[in-house]
Amino acid sequence: MSPLALSRYTATSCLGAGLAATRAALAAGRSGLIPCDFETVALDTWIGRVAGVEDAALPTQLAAYDCRNNRLALLGLQQDGFLDAAREAVARYGAHRVAVLLGTSTSGILETELAYRQRDPASGALPAGFNYRGTHNIYSVAEFTRELTGAHGPAWVSSTACSSSAKVFASAARLIEAGLVDAAIVGGVDSLCLTTLYGFNSLELVAAEPCRPYDAARKGISIGEAAAFALLERPSAAADGNAVLLLGSGESSDAYHMSSPHPEGRGACQAMEQALASAALAADAIDYINLHGTGTPSNDAAEGKAVQALFGDRVPASSTKGATGHTLGAAGALEAVFSALALADGLIPGSPGTRALDPALALRYECRPRQAPLRHVLSNSFGFGGTNCSLLFGRLAAVEGTR
Amino acid sequence: MTLYQPLSAHIAGIGVLGPGLADWAAARAVLAGAPWTPSATPMPAPESLPPAERRRVGNVVRLALAVGMQAASAGGADAATLATVFASSGGDGANCHAICEALASGDRLISPTRFHNSVNNAASGYWGIATGAQAASTIVSAYDGSFAAGLVEALSQLRASAAPVLLIAYDLPYPEPLAAARPQGAAFATALLLTPDSHGAQALPRLALAGFTCCACDSLPDPALDALRRDVPAARALPLLARMARGEAGTSVLEYLDGLALAVDVTP
Repeated sequence: MSPLALSRYTATSCLGAGLAATRAALAAGRSGLIPCDFETVALDTWIGRVAGVEDAALPTQLAAYDCRNNRLALLGLQQDGFLDAAREAVARYGAHRVAVLLGTSTSGILETELAYRQRDPASGALPAGFNYRGTHNIYSVAEFTRELTGAHGPAWVSSTACSSSAKVFASAARLIEAGLVDAAIVGGVDSLCLTTLYGFNSLELVAAEPCRPYDAARKGISIGEAAAFALLERPSAAADGNAVLLLGSGESSDAYHMSSPHPEGRGACQAMEQALASAALAADAIDYINLHGTGTPSNDAAEGKAVQALFGDRVPASSTKGATGHTLGAAGALEAVFSALALADGLIPGSPGTRALDPALALRYECRPRQAPLRHVLSNSFGFGGTNCSLLFGRLAAVEGTR
Repeated sequence: MTLYQPLSAHIAGIGVLGPGLADWAAARAVLAGAPWTPSATPMPAPESLPPAERRRVGNVVRLALAVGMQAASAGGADAATLATVFASSGGDGANCHAICEALASGDRLISPTRFHNSVNNAASGYWGIATGAQAASTIVSAYDGSFAAGLVEALSQLRASAAPVLLIAYDLPYPEPLAAARPQGAAFATALLLTPDSHGAQALPRLALAGFTCCACDSLPDPALDALRRDVPAARALPLLARMARGEAGTSVLEYLDGLALAVDVTP
């Protein structure tokens, strides 16, 4: 594929709102996980909760979109000048030339969960104020973002569970390459709700402690929430060497099981191979892998085997889920931004929570953050239904050096 | 200024399941003017799934799998080799209703199967298990414009990969009380097996993305069929299917987003 610039990017998670807080936490190897205090949830688990979501106030004319997920989207869009950059792109290219492609897994379903507590005892009806289109509707966050930014090009939400917001980078690249748009606002927004907390708990995939990716004693995930966005467009001639580019993507399906990965990581391997092929790079060009690394026994084992098969134990790798929790449909975009920060800052993030590495997974796993010059970074996102997506990012200076 | 070739594809196979519409042959006749007798949308058993999975799936997955299989087999394609794009306005409403009821109850116990079936890509996941397809698979949603979004994603994937892409669009009515907040008329699904222009079969119908337009989208002359189009997001595909059924070359304008309809040139 033709390289695309991430001309602006931002992330909001339990590590903080915006890049400055995110950078500081990643560099310090800090975790943002806390014991679960969300809503009325009575589960023995830890969560990655974003501070201040409840206080984000949607503009009056967009009040129909008010829900936790869109408040989190707004909070995320307001950081690092992203909203202004998006509006400038709209002014530069025209409203219909800017796409809005976002990922989420549960959208504003929390509103529906709460509305079901207030059903009319006689008729079973939901409360009169319940607004499906603005909240629960899977597309709601893209419609909201479209209205907020004025980007009126093609739009959709991809909802492939935990690969959702990685896949929108690949979709956006195809739209730009086909000439349908000049730029795309891509990203992922997923917020805490009861469905995912109780649902993952029903599958016995939730840890009672902060998650410990790739640890021999890992016991499951910690659920988090996040909003992360990038503005994708063709690289500008004025970009400096630290600019980050999307260079490749790979997508595959396990065709194996709904909630367990293929045990040999077959689909994960295919996605990473395709990402390398679409960037025309060999495995030895990768300097860091941001792993999916959720902290469940089977996920990390499958991904570990796939990474080992392609990269051996040469390439530094870590999962940042011990810092943020698993942000589900937002994880792809959040970790794309972490990959961009890793490239721009020359920082390999660590893996808070991981104490004793699983000896069965012979990777070059990095538990502590450290400085290292990075040329190319691979980011993995996999999900229920056997969906896999790998994205490959590079520093402009490295790309110019190799082409 | 780069000049871009419009995104285009041959249509090697079509699947349809809707009220009184058991397949493309039935839908083609009705869309070409034969009388339409709406009846409950057929929900074929998911024979292609292993027995354990077969018991776990709801009507959303049954409908999506069956309509996809219709299009793949009409096009003589091996489903295991195909990339897929699923398009739907929402998820499995019946499953979501059961989860929300459980979460509003005292014990909040959700069954593990209900939870993994609640992901919006459930049909995509079961499709992979049923067919063994390991290629890329995604699902896109854009409320009432979900079919158009799926068509754009599928055509741009086909351009990037130069390989066939199977587009599967489906929507099923929600149960109450969700139905009152999001009414949808009937269960409807359609699938298009899109193949690259170079695939040789010049006899196949072809479509090309003419662009985005603010023109009014096409309606259907038959009021009952047009009501189906308006009541079910996936049935927003009907004007395109009707043009192919009638063998009429021209441009179909499909509903997408506010102020942005999708113009598609059809060569039957």
